Amino acid sequence: MNKIEKAFEKGKAFIAFITCADPDFATTEKTVLAAVENGADLIELNIPFSDPTGVDGAIQKANLRALQTGVTTDTIFAFVKQLRDKVDVSLVFSTYANVVFSYGIDRFLSGCADAGIDGLIVPDVPFEEQDEFLPCCEKYGVPLISMISVTSKKRIQAIASHARGFLYIMTCPGGTAEELSEIVSQIRKYTNLPCAVCISSTDSPYVLQSAALADGIIEDSSIVELMEKHGTACAPYVGAYIRSRKAMLKSI
Amino acid sequence: MGKIGRFGIHGGQYIPEVLMNAVTELDEAYQFYKNDPQFNRELTALLNDYAGRPSRLYYAEKMTRDLGGAKIYLKREDLNHTGAHKINNVLGQALLAKKMGKTRLIAETGAGQHGVASATAAALMDMECVVFMGEEDTKRQALNVYRMKLLGAEVVPVTSGTATLKDAVNEAMGEWTRRIHDTHYCLGSAVGPHPFPTIVRDFQAVISKEIKEQILQKEGRLPDAVVACVGGGSNAIGSFYHFIGDEGVRLIGCEAAGRGIDTYETAATVNTGSVGIFHGMKSYFCQDEFGQIAPVYSISAGLDYPGIGPEHSYLHDLGRAEYVPVTDDEAVEAFEYLAKTEGIIPAIESAHAIAYARKLAPTMGKDKIIVVTVSGRGDKDCAAIARYRGEDLHE
Repeated sequence: MNKIEKAFEKGKAFIAFITCADPDFATTEKTVLAAVENGADLIELNIPFSDPTGVDGAIQKANLRALQTGVTTDTIFAFVKQLRDKVDVSLVFSTYANVVFSYGIDRFLSGCADAGIDGLIVPDVPFEEQDEFLPCCEKYGVPLISMISVTSKKRIQAIASHARGFLYIMTCPGGTAEELSEIVSQIRKYTNLPCAVCISSTDSPYVLQSAALADGIIEDSSIVELMEKHGTACAPYVGAYIRSRKAMLKSI
Repeated sequence: MGKIGRFGIHGGQYIPEVLMNAVTELDEAYQFYKNDPQFNRELTALLNDYAGRPSRLYYAEKMTRDLGGAKIYLKREDLNHTGAHKINNVLGQALLAKKMGKTRLIAETGAGQHGVASATAAALMDMECVVFMGEEDTKRQALNVYRMKLLGAEVVPVTSGTATLKDAVNEAMGEWTRRIHDTHYCLGSAVGPHPFPTIVRDFQAVISKEIKEQILQKEGRLPDAVVACVGGGSNAIGSFYHFIGDEGVRLIGCEAAGRGIDTYETAATVNTGSVGIFHGMKSYFCQDEFGQIAPVYSISAGLDYPGIGPEHSYLHDLGRAEYVPVTDDEAVEAFEYLAKTEGIIPAIESAHAIAYARKLAPTMGKDKIIVVTVSGRGDKDCAAIARYRGEDLHE
């Protein structure tokens, strides 16, 4: 069993999205450690990009705050390599296609393997464009995580049956549990891989329903907003937030 | 896989999963309607009766005499309704969106010309319209902001990033991910994920189709060079398209060099950029070594974009088209030159093409012919150019 699957072994998983170097590496490290201590099962480490399309304003701002520190793909690899020794849970990178492509796809994936990264999420590489990235992902054993959205519909079969790692389900604001239930049952027809739902809402009933339907939840903007509000002192706040979310997940 | 909408290695569909069904649906609708006689009749009627096509191919005799070389013809897209080539694409896309049952158009805009064209088409076709425009550009092009509002559109100033065209594209794409069911993203340039570069090129190809007919009628032969300005590259690909197979015709795209291609204040993508993946496509981009998109600069809001359409990148790779840098200073001089010489005030974007034609014509014999596309008119730029020249003029 690989590290990613392990994250879903002990009940509903909590996945925390943390932008590297927002506002500096020391804070990222403290926040990751606090997240893990408080029960996060997998950490999605965001490599910042100048123009993150299709994400909400808080995440855009986090990306820019991080880039203003002068962080680069190289310094992030070095940071994660030392972080890896301190945390046991699964770490995956998320970033945009150009960050991977411009670094050299092979060199980037080799760097991931070397730094102990367990998977890669690239939101602007849909199923149709994966071929360019997959050979290197396989070569270095870093699965490219497939994403599914409420608009995927008849695309679900192709995406789910070729998926690796876990299924990353994106929801839209105003999404309903019925919609999600339909997507998850579609996915289950084609794969046994775990499904995690990215929650953009703080609406508790919806979060609970989503978690009940899927194998785990991913939270991005709620964590990013805590980091924005508390800056370098954010770690205990993020930790407490995750603790409360984990308690909720355990209650299901 | 990976072969959809490619121009050589460029193009593709590098977009979030949430948009994939929308672009597929758009592609299917376009594949159907582009061959539908009824659709084409309606579009031609709109282009001719509403937008004022065909646009004139004008022999710039005084400019030709002054430069003392090749004969210069101007393709007058500035004479179209709304004052630029943008209307060609917008009428096509709005009609397509309407056929697809969409009730709302969203658009990005740089100089405001595409925003005005979109607001115009939306007004004509009873559609809702929201235009995303970099806050910086809303200041540079305040008059166009007012025009869009007058036409019933909502203008959303974009404050993220450099608050210019690329950020407006980011926001428009983001908005599309949130509201696909009733909204068509009316992309204004030959950029973005497939099928946009193809759709925009096809709707703008009317420019080269007409140039070819008109020059054959006037001169009985094809031109030696076609010159157009390039940001994302919609007027250029439209001007080049029907000449791509005619190898004797040089195709020259004029990029905005800003303060010069040896400075960081430039938007000359082919001349200073490298291959990357952004805004849904693989193409050339201004970026740093880690793939972070560069904050580009040009006096021209319409060319102030860090990328270029994938078909241009392909034509560059093939060596079929040439992409040359033109600085702010050269463009401003050309803006003034065309006004004084021919009584035509070009858009500052189009002035980049005029500037290069001024350099090119004297190097060619009097028996040669250059066609320069004047993509838009320059009324919108007068206040900004006056300020560039140190005059205290405000709209």
